[in-house]
Amino acid sequence: MLRTASWPRWGRTLLARGLGSRRGGSAPDQNGKVSEIKKKIQSVLPGGAWNPLYDTSYLPPEHSDVVIVGGGVIGLSVAYWLKRLEKPRGAIRVLVVERDHTYSRASTVLSVGGIRQQFSVPENIQLSLFSIEFLRNINEYLAVVDDPPLDIQFNPSGYLLLASEKGAALMESNVKVQRQEGAKVCLMSPEQLRNKFPWINTEGVALASYGMEHEGWFDPWCLLQGLRRKVQSMGVLFCHGEVTRFISSSNHMETRSGEEVTLKRIHEVHVKVDHSLEYQPVECAIVINAAGAWSGQIAQLAGIGKGPPGTLQGTKLPVEPRKRYVYVWHCPQGPGLETPFVIDPSGVYFRREGLGNNYLGGCSPTEEEEPDPGNLEVDHDFFQDKVWPSLAQRVPAFETLKARSSWAGYYDYNTFDQNGVVGPHPLVINMYFATGFSGHGLQQAPAVGRAVAEMVLQGHFQTIDLSPFLFSRFYLGEKVQEHNIV
Amino acid sequence: MAAPRAPLHLVAPRWNAGTRGIRGLSRAAAPEGNQKKGRSLLQFLADRFYDVQALREYLLRKQAWKMHQKNRPFTYIRERYGPYAAGAYFILKLGGAVKFQGKEWIRSNARGHFSLDFLKLQTVPVEAVDASGCAVNYQGLDSLLALKELQVLWLQRCPHVDDWCLSRLHPLASSLQELSLAGCPKISERGLACLHHLQNLRKLDISDLPAVSNPGLTQILVEEMLPDCKVVGADWARGLKVGQEEQYQDITSPIPA
Ligand SMILES: Cc1cc2nc3c(=O)[nH]c(=O)nc-3n(C[C@H](O)[C@H](O)[C@H](O)COP(=O)(O)OP(=O)(O)OC[C@H]3O[C@@H](n4cnc5c(N)ncnc54)[C@H](O)[C@@H]3O)c2cc1C
Repeated sequence: MLRTASWPRWGRTLLARGLGSRRGGSAPDQNGKVSEIKKKIQSVLPGGAWNPLYDTSYLPPEHSDVVIVGGGVIGLSVAYWLKRLEKPRGAIRVLVVERDHTYSRASTVLSVGGIRQQFSVPENIQLSLFSIEFLRNINEYLAVVDDPPLDIQFNPSGYLLLASEKGAALMESNVKVQRQEGAKVCLMSPEQLRNKFPWINTEGVALASYGMEHEGWFDPWCLLQGLRRKVQSMGVLFCHGEVTRFISSSNHMETRSGEEVTLKRIHEVHVKVDHSLEYQPVECAIVINAAGAWSGQIAQLAGIGKGPPGTLQGTKLPVEPRKRYVYVWHCPQGPGLETPFVIDPSGVYFRREGLGNNYLGGCSPTEEEEPDPGNLEVDHDFFQDKVWPSLAQRVPAFETLKARSSWAGYYDYNTFDQNGVVGPHPLVINMYFATGFSGHGLQQAPAVGRAVAEMVLQGHFQTIDLSPFLFSRFYLGEKVQEHNIV
Repeated sequence: MAAPRAPLHLVAPRWNAGTRGIRGLSRAAAPEGNQKKGRSLLQFLADRFYDVQALREYLLRKQAWKMHQKNRPFTYIRERYGPYAAGAYFILKLGGAVKFQGKEWIRSNARGHFSLDFLKLQTVPVEAVDASGCAVNYQGLDSLLALKELQVLWLQRCPHVDDWCLSRLHPLASSLQELSLAGCPKISERGLACLHHLQNLRKLDISDLPAVSNPGLTQILVEEMLPDCKVVGADWARGLKVGQEEQYQDITSPIPA
């Protein structure tokens, strides 16, 4: 049944594409016959290349210099910067493979859109400062002739981080770093906090840090669409399909100290076209792993982590999907227009949503409570038991809130140190990562895209040095210590 | 690489000349020579697709660059005469007006000239700026933010003042008492939300902001956020006669005619 159903498509592709496309278990002896038939048909049909019956536009090209796996905000940003930094114009061919054009499960559109500089690692602060500049001038970066300007709906309301007695010293030193990097952050005592935001209960708060500029939230969908529109106008190719396999070759070498290493190089990416069994091999020079929460699987496909534990070969990409809930509620007596993005010492966060006294927020569960990431269903008890009590304690008005709606999305969670993984793999030499941002990937996307493009085109980081975020840290055990992970 | 091929179809298909499509009609009526010309223009445009596109992109970039140029700070004047003179010079250059403490308003004449006497007032702070209709943008605010004693700031109908600009005004919080944003096309409620930093504000004009989605509600929320400030405003108040007259007076030029 399946065979008969998919046969016409299979035949079609073969005719139009010659030997390029194959199906799961294709029989080589048939290929000769088919190309004969193809020749015959072509001689009968008028008009050489004009072949309306065999539409193959849904298939990816057979070659591409760079294949980007994942068309989320990170993947598109890499595509944008590759095209922007390439010299001369049109020098490289970039293909973005995205399996879901509705982005129904992509983290990008399920995030809450926040951007902040209140991190503790200088690189994270720099990334986000670069991104805010990008967002501010988005209509210069992503301008497309004849298309209307983008409105990313940036709410410059700032982040308000609260610290308990225990965390106060750490917050103070973090703010010092942030200011050094150029972020506009101020410290507030509980007294000042009460004056500025009378709706906050300062019990248990010893210190607060508040972003005066460059912080807030925006519309991720708009950024995604803007990038998409721009890269399309720059000549990036899109393909609707799933990356299922890599064909690579290995090279055994010996280091100076006599250790044996196996270097791998990917030659072909197999793209499975949606709703069909056929796939198309795409020859490529470089693969970029920007598959977000699923990038761990992509790394596995490339053979990363297949080796004895404790060796570089056996080091996996520690990125996995972690389900995070976002709840929306209504509270008529809730905080007003000035409400920033508040992060409580308990880890609970919330922000205003629109003008109608609606708010949204959530909380990351503890390691033991991690929900099953198999689906995107929302656990409403989690709000009742974990989120609401902390909310009501911090903002007494929230005692009478009314839950409105909710959704869940996946963090591209880096289980090693909750920070991004950027740059090439040391052994699979033409796979580059841009993933693992664990809840702050959206805001870093514009800068990370640039960093990866620099790495690909120039061989080193230029604008922002992201060497602490290289893959090798997993093998060396060097964690990037970021204290402000939400 | 893929998409821009499309225009080629405008030229190529020969069978199109016979069918009376929209283009076919006009062509059929045109004499032979004309037809050739028309075709070769299309052919030319098709061949030059990338060049034309690059040119248009360049023009777009140039426009943005011009804005940057207009808004760059006058570093030399600031170093030589201090921030007040530099700020004043910047505003006058853009066609606005400034008022030094205890002095008259200074503005440029119809041809954009103004006297440089104010450069002598190095230590006298600027207390009011009228940048109505000027091309100030985010970058240009640098010059204004250096005016630490600024009490009155009018930014009516400024085409480039947006939410990002409003988020930068907090350094003026201790001095600013009056702010007018009337008629700025790019300001929305999202930017207005960060005016809560300006705790000394006594008067705020947010009338006629087309990008604000709910003018009435926004005004109420802004009033709640700035309890000590008189908020002049939103569209629905315009219906009231008294409000309209008052508003008109507010907007008129700082120099009594
Ligand atoms: C609830 C929530 C709140 C968040 N809040 C914030 C925030 O406030 N600020 C912030 O900066 N970040 C936030 N994030 C994190 C942010 O959303 C992510 O870090 C970021 O979107 C990652 O982008 P991405 O492009 O890597 O991933 P995605 O958007 O998930 O894109 C990956 C794409 O790859 C595709 N893909 C996967 N496998 C394959 C394959 N084999 N073949 C083809 N395509 C494939 C997927 O379909 C997907 O579209 C939040 C995330 C969540 C879940």
